[in-house]
Amino acid sequence: MVPITTLHYLVVAAALFVLGVIGVLTRRNVVIVLMSIELILNAVNLNLVAFSRMWGNLHGQVFAIFITVDAAAEAAVGLGILISFFRNKETINVDEIDLLKW
Amino acid sequence: MPNFIMSYLDPKVTVTPGSAGNQFWALMYVLIIFAGVSVAVICMNWIERKALAHFQVRLGPMRVGPHGLLQPIADAVKLMIKEDIIPAEADQFVFWIAPMIGLLAAFTVYTVIPFGPSQAVSDMNIGILFMLGVSSLGVLGIVVAGWASNSHYPLIGALRSSAQMVSYEVAMGLAVVSAILMTSLNASGTGTLSMIGIVQAQQQQGVWFIFKFFPLGFIAFVIFAIAMVAETNRAPFDMAEAESELTAGYHTEYSGLRWSLFMLAEYAAMIAVSSIAVALWLGGWMRPFPNLLHAPAWDFIFSLFPGLTFGGLAAIAFVEAVRMPTQSFFRIQRIGLAVFAALLGFIALLLLVIAVAGRSADMSVAARFREGIDYVYWFVLKVAGFMYLFIWYRATWPRYRFDQLMKIGWKVMLPISLGVLVATAIVGVIFS
Amino acid sequence: MNPGMTAGLTSAVNAGMTPVGTPWFFYVLAGLAVASGVAVITRRNAVHSALALIVTLLAVAGLYLMLYAPFVAGVQIIVYAGGIMVLFLFVIMLVNIDRSSKERQFNRIWPVGLAAACALLALFVSTIAKGKALFPDRLMTLPESSNTQQIATMLYGEAGKMGQYTFAFEIASLLLLVAILGAVIMTKKKI
Repeated sequence: MVPITTLHYLVVAAALFVLGVIGVLTRRNVVIVLMSIELILNAVNLNLVAFSRMWGNLHGQVFAIFITVDAAAEAAVGLGILISFFRNKETINVDEIDLLKW
Repeated sequence: MPNFIMSYLDPKVTVTPGSAGNQFWALMYVLIIFAGVSVAVICMNWIERKALAHFQVRLGPMRVGPHGLLQPIADAVKLMIKEDIIPAEADQFVFWIAPMIGLLAAFTVYTVIPFGPSQAVSDMNIGILFMLGVSSLGVLGIVVAGWASNSHYPLIGALRSSAQMVSYEVAMGLAVVSAILMTSLNASGTGTLSMIGIVQAQQQQGVWFIFKFFPLGFIAFVIFAIAMVAETNRAPFDMAEAESELTAGYHTEYSGLRWSLFMLAEYAAMIAVSSIAVALWLGGWMRPFPNLLHAPAWDFIFSLFPGLTFGGLAAIAFVEAVRMPTQSFFRIQRIGLAVFAALLGFIALLLLVIAVAGRSADMSVAARFREGIDYVYWFVLKVAGFMYLFIWYRATWPRYRFDQLMKIGWKVMLPISLGVLVATAIVGVIFS
Repeated sequence: MNPGMTAGLTSAVNAGMTPVGTPWFFYVLAGLAVASGVAVITRRNAVHSALALIVTLLAVAGLYLMLYAPFVAGVQIIVYAGGIMVLFLFVIMLVNIDRSSKERQFNRIWPVGLAAACALLALFVSTIAKGKALFPDRLMTLPESSNTQQIATMLYGEAGKMGQYTFAFEIASLLLLVAILGAVIMTKKKI
């Protein structure tokens, strides 16, 4: 069997990224769109950690930790926005959330 | 014997099977721990019912076996043959998977619990981080269980329970960090996150972390002890599963085998977090007074304790068998209890023989057996003490109201644990 | 090439940190991650999506462990699987309206989205195919036992000498404070 190189990890990260992009662009449910964004961030993290191993230093891992922290903050704020929107308009459908002011 | 089985039993190997890369013995340890935890949960069930009963001046189960010793087995059989009811509108897949998530989270923690310096499944060098992460996965099981039941009471119970667990996880994590800070107070100035490393740091520094920088270690221990009771949804923090308030909360709709999985997960989580508390603050596998009473004679006396404990249990069982009424109705129970006493006595004799045969500190097989048994014994004894404390809390204290519970978690525990962390850091820098 | 990267299960007895069975673990974890990713974006029920995302996050944590990044794996499990996903499940339960699971699950402009994603996939494939020669064909074995300590030095060390990320760490804590305040203010009913 072929040994596992950095390229293998990059392919997995690219696959997760594309899946996340498909989720963001095609789903109706806002919560699932936010979850796809988390998929994208994880793909980026995996990419960074794979490269960190390739170069032999830890900068990639520290950057991945910062991205994880950032993703937590963004998930909290995004879900807060979703909840306050849901209180006003009773829908979580991206097709119906299309006006800045009504 | 294949090499990969025998190579781990070499006396020069002093690491856990996970660190040595020996999959066979890692698997053996996993199976032993699984069996041990299951037996411990069964014993815990019996002890809880008897102890609660005696706290409430009644007798508890007495009929099923002698003094109700077979009651847990009867309960298990009953739960397994009960009808499996799934609510009509519930999500089938999620309903099925929820107890498994809780069970997974509860049992995966046992991978890093140090029963001895090389008696763990794997000594991960992020052991305590792994434990904190995996025990926070248990929250998911409860949330999903409450949602999947498609009913109001379980949903409210699940949301309350998970809010409580998340709140007390913060205080728990900070208390753990202040214990880890104490491991870095050695010559090289580097601490460790691995569980075995933490106990060895206590061994090196010659003091259990509960007594270090008194009262800082003690306060951190108390915070962890309170937070771990809240983490496992036990009294007095069992708002979410209180029978009188919420019709049993998130496991209302679960019946039979699924409910027993939840109970198994809860007891396993209790044992797991108590083991963490023992490893972090109470010196893990070290015997009491390792420095004060250091002579080999004291080592020998303390190594007799496992045999004497089982001997004491055997004596109690024997006395109860003698005291049992002599009518023919009780004959089977009397014989059963006498056989049980004989079994315990046999185990006690075996342990005493090992303790005497292995009393030298060399690398012979008997000495290594004795050391291993001693390590595991002291660890399990301390964890058993915690289990008894859990039962004592349940019998003694009334339940907290949910808003009181959240207020304590955020407004009392978090500031105190932050203060202890900062104080420990300051004192550690001053005294090193 | 690292001599430990051979296929199959080896009996690494006193080898300490020699990896065992790397290809098996990689393919299982990677397959699990991608399959769960597909489940995240295709399930009709939001709770099923969330559970699939949890499986993806745990699989990626396993991949981090294979990449000699135990601390990042631990942070991933604690923050992502144990924190963010609980938050997602809470919100799903709060906004769960039954009619949303009976409607269409893909939005109005889904062909455009799919085309854009396919273009992105084509871009990635061409980059990886053409750039394969650029990646140095080596895999360093990072020391695993001092990983946490080295990350801590980079995060908390003296700014300028060893701690290259101390300032960024402080900014990240400010970011979290702002996020907490924002989430609380947005969801309070009465400020």
